[in-house]
Amino acid sequence: MTEVRRVISIVVENESSVLSRISGLFSGRGYNIETLTVAPIPGSKRSRVTIETRGDERTIVQITKQLNKLIPVYEVIEHSEMVEKEMVLVKFPLTESLADIEVLCEAYNGTIVNVGLDMCIGMVADEPSRVKHFIEAVGRYNPIEIVRGGVVAIER
Amino acid sequence: MNMNGAQMVCEALVAEGVKTVFGYPGGAIMNVYDAIYKQDGFEHILNRHEQASVHAADGYARANGEVGVAMVTSGPGFTNAVTGLATAYMDSIPLVVISGQVPQFLLGTDGFQEIDAVGISRPCTKHNYLVRSIDDLPRILKEAFHIARTGRPGPVLVDIPKDITAEMGDFVYPDEVDIPSYLTVPKAKEEDVSAAVEAILKAKKPLLYLGGGVILSNASDSIRELAALSQIPTVETLMALGAMGAKNPLRLGMLGMHGNYASNMAMSETDLIISLGARFDDRVTGKLSEFGKYAKIVHVDIDPANIGKLVNVDYPIVGDVKEVVEMMISGLTGKVDPEQYTDWREILARYDALYPQSFEDSDEVIKPQWVIERLGELVGEQAIITSDVGQHQMWAAQHFPFDRPRQWINSGGLGTMGFGLPAGIGAKKAFPDKTVINVTGDGSILMNMQELITASEYKIPVINVILNNHFLGMVRQWQTFFYEGRYAETDLTFQPNYKALAESCHGIGYDVTTKEEFDAALKDAIEKDKVAFINIQVARFEDVLPMVPANGALNNMMLPKIANPDKGEK
Ligand SMILES: Cc1ncc(C[n+]2csc(CCOP(=O)(O)OP(=O)(O)O)c2C)c(N)n1
Repeated sequence: MTEVRRVISIVVENESSVLSRISGLFSGRGYNIETLTVAPIPGSKRSRVTIETRGDERTIVQITKQLNKLIPVYEVIEHSEMVEKEMVLVKFPLTESLADIEVLCEAYNGTIVNVGLDMCIGMVADEPSRVKHFIEAVGRYNPIEIVRGGVVAIER
Repeated sequence: MNMNGAQMVCEALVAEGVKTVFGYPGGAIMNVYDAIYKQDGFEHILNRHEQASVHAADGYARANGEVGVAMVTSGPGFTNAVTGLATAYMDSIPLVVISGQVPQFLLGTDGFQEIDAVGISRPCTKHNYLVRSIDDLPRILKEAFHIARTGRPGPVLVDIPKDITAEMGDFVYPDEVDIPSYLTVPKAKEEDVSAAVEAILKAKKPLLYLGGGVILSNASDSIRELAALSQIPTVETLMALGAMGAKNPLRLGMLGMHGNYASNMAMSETDLIISLGARFDDRVTGKLSEFGKYAKIVHVDIDPANIGKLVNVDYPIVGDVKEVVEMMISGLTGKVDPEQYTDWREILARYDALYPQSFEDSDEVIKPQWVIERLGELVGEQAIITSDVGQHQMWAAQHFPFDRPRQWINSGGLGTMGFGLPAGIGAKKAFPDKTVINVTGDGSILMNMQELITASEYKIPVINVILNNHFLGMVRQWQTFFYEGRYAETDLTFQPNYKALAESCHGIGYDVTTKEEFDAALKDAIEKDKVAFINIQVARFEDVLPMVPANGALNNMMLPKIANPDKGEK
């Protein structure tokens, strides 16, 4: 069966062990986690965990069913109708052209967020596939460090 | 009422109707033991190993369907209990296991006997808790019992730091649980069941495939009714034995790796698998692509994750097996014609006649299968049979005439050697008037044989029938078949004195080399009502047959030599 990429959004009880229950489920059953983000849902006692994963159709279905079985999990949202964003921070040496870097960041809806004595930091938040392209594109500016955030998603 | 956490534990157990707790004390759980000392709401059985405590609670739960309870201390007490948790988890057995933990100020400091119990047990419990406040304790205990017994049952661990069992608090045991994120089982959808009923009516060769869920949901009577109404033949997994009753003409028997010929052929040729509380385990299906190749599949399971996990399902039904079967019965009543499947039943009867579940008996040496069949004749319906893991387990499954659900108690999913004796202790606690026999091997019995002393002390006379082949027989069988007879570390020729072992723990031992001696030993053991070892020298190289090699197609069985070829033809 062919592998598909999926973003799964999980609404959970805010408790310390819930993340290990989720990540343990993935590692124990051999599912992939490509990215994972977690943060409290404002104004509630719940958190949202967003996981980007890959697997064949049967595996994806199993993942959602197994997640649903975890006691502190309220809801598992898994479908293609999601607006997805991912963020990335890139540190460049100032030996590179600041102007070029700025243009590049802006092309990906980003900007330069910090400039120091010998480096600058660019930030981009965009669709995961575009973030991937951005990271490819910055390669020629000798980035010192690249930090990616995980995918966050919300239903349309 | 104001009381400390330890007392709360005892009060909660009483409120849950717990009569027996199996356990073993130690530093972190001592507060609770002090409270146990002062109460008389339940009995505590001191096993001699925490693994055995959990297996005993498990055997108790399997025998009577209630939640089994075990109690252990932190660190090694807990880690010893893990095999018990995993065993219960794999077979969906409702347990609440309470473990002590180091006091909270030591948590995370690698304190003496500190181990991350919640972390270790996460993959082998249905749920687990580390209690962080005395205020949460009553609610957590209530939830633990609720989660253990509802939906797809399973073991729940409650890990309680020592300071919490000492702390005073107000005890109000909740009447109800409120876990909004916990999915209780929805009632099966009417239209799903009707679709399945239509499929049954259209099928020419339907087959009821019964799994452990049938036992767990107490659906046996309903399923017998469904089978009788429709005259659809049945096969049972290792975990469902007893569901139909050995004498039922619609029972073909056990299917799978060591299933009988007719059952495996039925599964290979059916056009409609009606799976009730079974989960398509690899020991049952063999090669998946060949499994039920010509069949559409109705899959009834309480756990949606079981449906479609391994095979594509045409008629998925999420729900309690008993409920769904009853819906099927009303759907089929007046519509199904029992004559409809007569041809199919005749084909299967021919298969059964061709290769019945049989073995070649001997006058020189006791055949292990003979022991089981004889046991069936001598103790029969009233007994509870537990077992360990290996050839003896399979022979017991194949040859004992199980008549009712919960009569057969074994570790199917995890396959835990050392399960039988402590599980037998639990079963006997649940049903003191029934004869409890542990069918075991000379390998398995040495794992948890310390329970001889527990059984003696508390007068829980489990009779251990040791099919002694001086081998780790099941592994030896695989070595014979698949490793050209290289018997790596499976020869148990160097033996303990089993009779003396039993006697040293105030039980009785018997060395048996003839059939007459077996009859006499069993009779005597039952009469004397003491824990017993009946050590039987059986044929060393006997193999469990039929056998479907791992991942082979079910209809490709290694069969015993003695077929009835003349009976196969009409
Ligand atoms: C705890 C544990 N360790 C190892 C195994 C692997 N195993 C399965 S059957 C078996 C042999 C059992 O030997 P015995 O109890 O003498 O029974 P027999 O097969 O000879 O009837 C072994 C080692 C297991 N199932 N459980």
